Amino acid sequence: MSFDWPFFWHYLLRPSAAYLNGLMLTLVLSVAAQALGTSLGLFAALGRMSRMAPLQYTIRGYIWIMRGTPLLVQIVFIYTGLAAGGIFRFEDISLGILTIPGNVQAGLVALSLNEAAYMAEIIRAGITSVDSGQTEAAKSLGMTYGLLMRRIVLPQAARFVIPPLGNEFNAMLKNTTLVSVIGVPELLLTTETLTSATFRVFELYSVVALYYLTLTTVWGIIQNRIESRFSEPATPAAVTPGFGERFFGSAIFSAVRKKA
Amino acid sequence: MSAPSANIPASIGGVPAPDEVVRAVEVHKFFGKLEVLKGVSLTVRRGEVVVIIGPSGSGKTTFVRCLNHLEKIESGRIFVNGHLIGYRERGGRLVEDRERNIARQRREIGMVFQRFNLFHHKTALGNIVEAPIHVLGVPEREAVAIGRDLLARVGLSDKADVYPAQLSGGQQQRVAIARALAMKPSLMLFDEPTSALDPEMIGEVLEVMQELAHAGMTMIVVSHEMGFAREVADRVVMMDDGKIVEEGTPDQLFQRPTHKRTQAFLSKIL
Repeated sequence: MSFDWPFFWHYLLRPSAAYLNGLMLTLVLSVAAQALGTSLGLFAALGRMSRMAPLQYTIRGYIWIMRGTPLLVQIVFIYTGLAAGGIFRFEDISLGILTIPGNVQAGLVALSLNEAAYMAEIIRAGITSVDSGQTEAAKSLGMTYGLLMRRIVLPQAARFVIPPLGNEFNAMLKNTTLVSVIGVPELLLTTETLTSATFRVFELYSVVALYYLTLTTVWGIIQNRIESRFSEPATPAAVTPGFGERFFGSAIFSAVRKKA
Repeated sequence: MSAPSANIPASIGGVPAPDEVVRAVEVHKFFGKLEVLKGVSLTVRRGEVVVIIGPSGSGKTTFVRCLNHLEKIESGRIFVNGHLIGYRERGGRLVEDRERNIARQRREIGMVFQRFNLFHHKTALGNIVEAPIHVLGVPEREAVAIGRDLLARVGLSDKADVYPAQLSGGQQQRVAIARALAMKPSLMLFDEPTSALDPEMIGEVLEVMQELAHAGMTMIVVSHEMGFAREVADRVVMMDDGKIVEEGTPDQLFQRPTHKRTQAFLSKIL
């Protein structure tokens, strides 16, 4: 076996600036795609449960396609496929000093749209887990659908949604590697670039694997803390008012608020 | 709201009395092919306490749930304070009203459920102030003051910051009554409010309801509590098989029931 330990330690403990940028991009993409996917998933879940048949079937079709085709295919389709077909081309967007390249946008869109389908099913399950008596009580007090969802049902559904949401984010951290195929310089593509310059595949892939393992482990610890706060049903610790809103930040609650 | 009864067409059930809160006319309701309400008509005047009794499956709970449109009806009309509940009439046919209008109508109709249905993620006080603040737009400080008054009225001043899971069934039901009262309803519906309670907690809930009746609240109560019916009810209505078979004062109904079904039912539970 040939394993260059000094090389391994060097890249593990003193990553280059490019490597750190890749790590940063992985993190930003994961968080952004999960937040967008969760928000879209919420609306998809509500649409899926709607009594309006056309809306319900559109969402069903959407979920069917997004869960039934490989994410890798979706990524290439959205970035390269749409452009090649002359339908849509992702152009770089310049926001002052920050430029968001087209392929990063496409990667984010693909990851978010895919995640939305999974989150829709998770959120729908969470909503249906809330006792129907809660909805009836809210209705009897004169609440409209939007208000009772926002104030009564979704805060209670959050308890059922949070554990699977944590697992989704774990998967998301790793799924971002797929956007390397459209040239997004996240952690894996940065590693590949280094590999082609040094030919040290064994060492560099060990390093990158350890980086992902660290990310998912740290997330696992955070996830445990969050879940323990939500584990006991209907006790003050589990339902500290506002915690759900603080946790989701703008992702779920303000999106619903705007709609309502 | 406009003058009571103003909207009731004279064609349906004649000229309404001015102090009428509820007028249900020939209400029919199906669950699939099963007809659960077979033409129920009932009128309740302001300040009246009506207790509905009857065997399980007689449609009494379903009927009360129709009064605030938690259940749809297939035909007939239900008016509360003169307003057709849940529907609009279009060419003599009933068309379900818009959600916003139905929600508006429900503000005036308080409802207490068998299983309390307190919001699990809100404290006792939080449960009470929720709808006044977010449905009526009452300023928070005012709503909290009203909420604390109501908690005192149901004897739970010290439980304001406690979550439902830490309250006994009787306490939860009293909070639920306070929550409904916070909307200042003109009608209160009680759907078997003591059926899910341990025997030793029934009294505290009935006491609150009795106090409410004495304060002049219009109430429709589905209940098996014959003692309560005898003491508090102005009228007792006996339902069986989707129909009202007999109604009258508690004395009439309990001492001299005329209908066979009433006699049979009462002999079983008294």
